Amino acid sequence: MAAAGASGGQTIGRSSFSRVAVSTAASSSTSAGVKLGPNGATFVSSGIPDLDRILGGGFLLGSVVMVMEDSDAPHHLLLLRSFMAQGVVHKQPLLFAGPMKEPRLFLGTLPAPVASSKEDGRQRVMGAGTSSDGRTSDEALRIAWQYKKYFGEDKTSHAEHKDNKQEFSNDFDLRKPLERHLLSSQNIECISTQDGDTLGELQDRCSTFLSKHLRKDGGNLIAGRIAIQSLCAPQCGYFEKDWDMVSFIRSLKAMVRSSNAVAVITFPNAILSSSFCKRWQHLADTLLSIKAIPDEDKDLAKLLTGYQDMVGFLHVHKVAQTNSQVPVILEASTFSLKLRKRRSLVLERLNQAPVDGSAGPSHAASASCSSSSQGSQLDF
Amino acid sequence: MEEYGGGNLLSEAMGSGPRVVVVEDCVEAPAAFVLHLLLKRALAGGGAVALLALAQPFSHYDRVLRKMGCNLSLHRKNGRLHFFDLQAFPGGPKGGAISDAFFRLYGDIQRVVDANRIAEHAGQFTVMIDDVSLLEVAAHGSVDDVLDFLHYCVTLTSEMNCSLVVLIHEDIYSSEGVGLLLHLRYIADLVIRAAPLSTGLAIDVHGQVSSFPLLVALANIITRIGVLHL
Repeated sequence: MAAAGASGGQTIGRSSFSRVAVSTAASSSTSAGVKLGPNGATFVSSGIPDLDRILGGGFLLGSVVMVMEDSDAPHHLLLLRSFMAQGVVHKQPLLFAGPMKEPRLFLGTLPAPVASSKEDGRQRVMGAGTSSDGRTSDEALRIAWQYKKYFGEDKTSHAEHKDNKQEFSNDFDLRKPLERHLLSSQNIECISTQDGDTLGELQDRCSTFLSKHLRKDGGNLIAGRIAIQSLCAPQCGYFEKDWDMVSFIRSLKAMVRSSNAVAVITFPNAILSSSFCKRWQHLADTLLSIKAIPDEDKDLAKLLTGYQDMVGFLHVHKVAQTNSQVPVILEASTFSLKLRKRRSLVLERLNQAPVDGSAGPSHAASASCSSSSQGSQLDF
Repeated sequence: MEEYGGGNLLSEAMGSGPRVVVVEDCVEAPAAFVLHLLLKRALAGGGAVALLALAQPFSHYDRVLRKMGCNLSLHRKNGRLHFFDLQAFPGGPKGGAISDAFFRLYGDIQRVVDANRIAEHAGQFTVMIDDVSLLEVAAHGSVDDVLDFLHYCVTLTSEMNCSLVVLIHEDIYSSEGVGLLLHLRYIADLVIRAAPLSTGLAIDVHGQVSSFPLLVALANIITRIGVLHL
């Protein structure tokens, strides 16, 4: 009997065992928005499909993601908003803490998912091979000096798995706000970190949030999200209590580890002393940093293609690898943040512009691999 | 294959039986894997281990070591692995209670070491701390408490035939508070440091590990063992 069952779907004799076909979609024991990975890992989407792909699946449940802000520009809010909006769309419990009087108002800035259209589908299938205009007729005539773009990473999988991808992660339209009725749900909580001069209240709220929402009931995996904006910002009541803040992160990490939640914390690292900044970085499971691009930098424009569309740089310092000591190997760790059609966020690898032949030896000497720093602006 | 290479280098470094081993790392090149290797080595050699885990829960170590061929759950059941889950240490109200908490923790460790010494097939005992920087956070910045605790652990090494392995993040101390790091380096018999490659990123070499056995002599001889490939 057992042998018949193990032979993969063949029923021999009177055996009623047959192997269940494994579907590529999320299995029945997980709810929408949660994906299973190797080593017992479960992922939720970050809200940016490109980032999910770069991190090897998404944000790991039970991990802490930290994003180092750029004090010149609020691009970290793009990441935070996408993260929160993704959770709301999937009806996952969300806890938001921010250094403002009315954190509820921040929810009004969350983007709505893009209504999927055929054109977007076509764009996805092309991958990064096309220019932002979608002109494909010129492909054959192009000199393939940027061949990396055409080899692509996931080209084959796009068509078949598009539906699955939509279930797991959404593209967000940054120009459209999320529908009101989604935001009035019961499991969205907001806290202001401006009140009070200790982190005790925030810690208690996180603790009750995690224990209330995230018990694994009846086999349905509910993933929770905690989003904390600018944890060490000057307007916070507990500002300058360095040890308190590190202790909070440490206990939050311990709480999150034993629950089905992801915590995303953004912080302006320039405000912390370098020693504490390193402590925060060590505590992170996944560490990202955002850097703004100066508007009219001629040197960068010469060095990189598509400079005009770029909004900033995203650098991946660490990727969560719970339960495994094999690190996630990234092909590149610095990506450009672009707004495609001024509404959805994409992350692209940096591509060097062709070196101008007349520029002489200085350009050739300074040209380097896309994964290493290319100048003072890109030094992280 | 890489396992073998790593094992040989580590065996060479550990061959002289260092009592106090300090493992240093930084954000770019984490050295948790060195702890995993040393943990496996300690248990494989028939000894017992007390693991003070502040960074990760038991399930993480269990999974990682299982892939390396070492069953931590079994060792824990047999009493060869004493796992101290210190993720929430010290817990409770702060204040003068920190030194009490450390005192109690040390008492627990000492009991465990004693019990192992009396036991029949008493092998080498190892106390492993992952990591000291979090111990400092748990002590709310009180370096004195941390140093006292570490000194107590070091006395165990001389009196009860056990060794101490400690992980510390050296880049935290590069600008301030360097006292703790220097102190640890001073009392160490062996320092293992993981660092990123000076040339930058590379596809399959993530960093380099150097080990420095320190002889208690007027001239410190620093030997560079080699490059460890992951």
